[in-house]
Amino acid sequence: MDYLIQQLLNGLMLGSLYALIAVGYTMVYGIIELINFAFGELFMFGAFISIAMMVDSMAIFGQQVNFPGLHFLLAVPIAMAVVAGMGVAIDRIAYRPLRNAPRLAALISAIGMSILLQNVAQAMFGSSQVFFPDIGMFTSDNGLPKYITVSNAQITYLQIFVVAVTVAAMLILNFFVQRTRIGRAMRAAAQDKSTSALMGVNVNRVIAITFIIGSAMGALAGGMYGAIYHFAKPDMGFIPGLKAFIAAVLGGIGNIPGAFLGGITLGVIESLGSAYISSEYRDAFAFVILILLLIFKPSGLLGSHISEKA
Amino acid sequence: MAEVGDSSMSEAALLLVDDIHVYYGNIHALKGVSLEIKRGEIVTLIGANGAGKSTTLNSISGLVRPRSGAIHYDGRDITNVPAHKTVTLGLSQSPEGRKIFPRMSVRENLEMGAFSRSGQNLKDDFERTYDLFPVLRERRNQPGGTLSGGEQQMLAMGRALMAQPKLLMLDEPSMGLAPMLVEKIFEIIQEINDQGMTILLVEQNANVALEISHRGYVMETGTIVLTADSQALLSNPQVQEAYLGAA
Repeated sequence: MDYLIQQLLNGLMLGSLYALIAVGYTMVYGIIELINFAFGELFMFGAFISIAMMVDSMAIFGQQVNFPGLHFLLAVPIAMAVVAGMGVAIDRIAYRPLRNAPRLAALISAIGMSILLQNVAQAMFGSSQVFFPDIGMFTSDNGLPKYITVSNAQITYLQIFVVAVTVAAMLILNFFVQRTRIGRAMRAAAQDKSTSALMGVNVNRVIAITFIIGSAMGALAGGMYGAIYHFAKPDMGFIPGLKAFIAAVLGGIGNIPGAFLGGITLGVIESLGSAYISSEYRDAFAFVILILLLIFKPSGLLGSHISEKA
Repeated sequence: MAEVGDSSMSEAALLLVDDIHVYYGNIHALKGVSLEIKRGEIVTLIGANGAGKSTTLNSISGLVRPRSGAIHYDGRDITNVPAHKTVTLGLSQSPEGRKIFPRMSVRENLEMGAFSRSGQNLKDDFERTYDLFPVLRERRNQPGGTLSGGEQQMLAMGRALMAQPKLLMLDEPSMGLAPMLVEKIFEIIQEINDQGMTILLVEQNANVALEISHRGYVMETGTIVLTADSQALLSNPQVQEAYLGAA
């Protein structure tokens, strides 16, 4: 029982990270019907930039560069801002010129962007793992993580923190999309771009805001991933990126609460699967879910019930 | 065509379309369309499918950009003004096929109509719209996609009015509606016009449209082939034969 609780908590934490990246996939898909495969790489840059902000100096393109050595809680928001800018630039360079091209062209551009970013990261930070400093807050004096005990299961502060930050981010995002003027414009543009323009919505700006949000969420996930696993690496975004994409499909692509639900579900299934079946197949569970989903419920868990075309 | 700087002209004409050409790739969709709408008028654009009626509207609202020619509205050149800006100038278009937002509530659809008027109090506008279309008040919390065709048309028109336009452009408001509803929709169009709204109406249902409008233009394959007072068009034998179903 305690083992089960422990595994559920691990799944919840992992799933939170998937959910944050999945938000980007689902929002961008919702508005321009593009799977932006570069979100995995933006997640990776989120981790690297967090490291850069936390250390005093670090090698960039082989040169030692001085950095401010900030606290994790300052470093991650900076990483989110930088990565949000990258997201907008990617849209401007790689996707906007293809806005009216066949969707396959944009998809290929997305894959190209993903590979390019991985190579840029390799040139900047090297191809081996870079240590992600301990974030301090949740480590006790003896160097072990702080935790609380519930029945016999140990819940670390870090696990609580990751899940709480994710839930808070999702609630803020949901409020933004449902209740604000820009959020309403986003939902309108996702349903019909020309008609939204007729209402006064600047569709390109709305798309840029979507990339800002998706990229910042990915970077947040990257920073927290680093805090959990203590490393960053240029190819670290590939598998989490794919899994977040599966999470987005699982929740019903285009649906923001669905991305959250899909991410958490996937994280929990993966944790339980590797605990009770085999950890060798850890990565396979996500893909098995994707295949089953595409066969039995392609619209996803929260797929829309109201027809697209009125 | 008249000079735009001419004050007597700009005072009378709210909209002046001057010899616009529009291409979709290699297809020459509009081959020199000119038309004029005076304040307070209902002007009807009739023509067969593919004649270029919707393209004309989309050029005016800024969804498509003419390759040559000019569009002047309220004394200013709006030829290259994009759609999200023309609406702030007072041009509002209810698009062909209604295009309501299916996953937004009726109320939110109306709110989107007033998107260009950020920060203004919309309470009176909602009341006015609900008075004009009482069924929308009943359905205000329902997703737009669950409305019937006639209700969606009312929502599309109500949404376009929420922008408080000076020129309302309605693209095929009778499309796919039962005859009784068509009559109702056209009554409302007339009522809106009586309140002072200038209206550009695109219709395949030429009979009803000419009945309520002041003037009409007849389009064929990308050009205007005929223009006259609506009454004159209604009694024109060629128009009768081609568009009014006269034997």
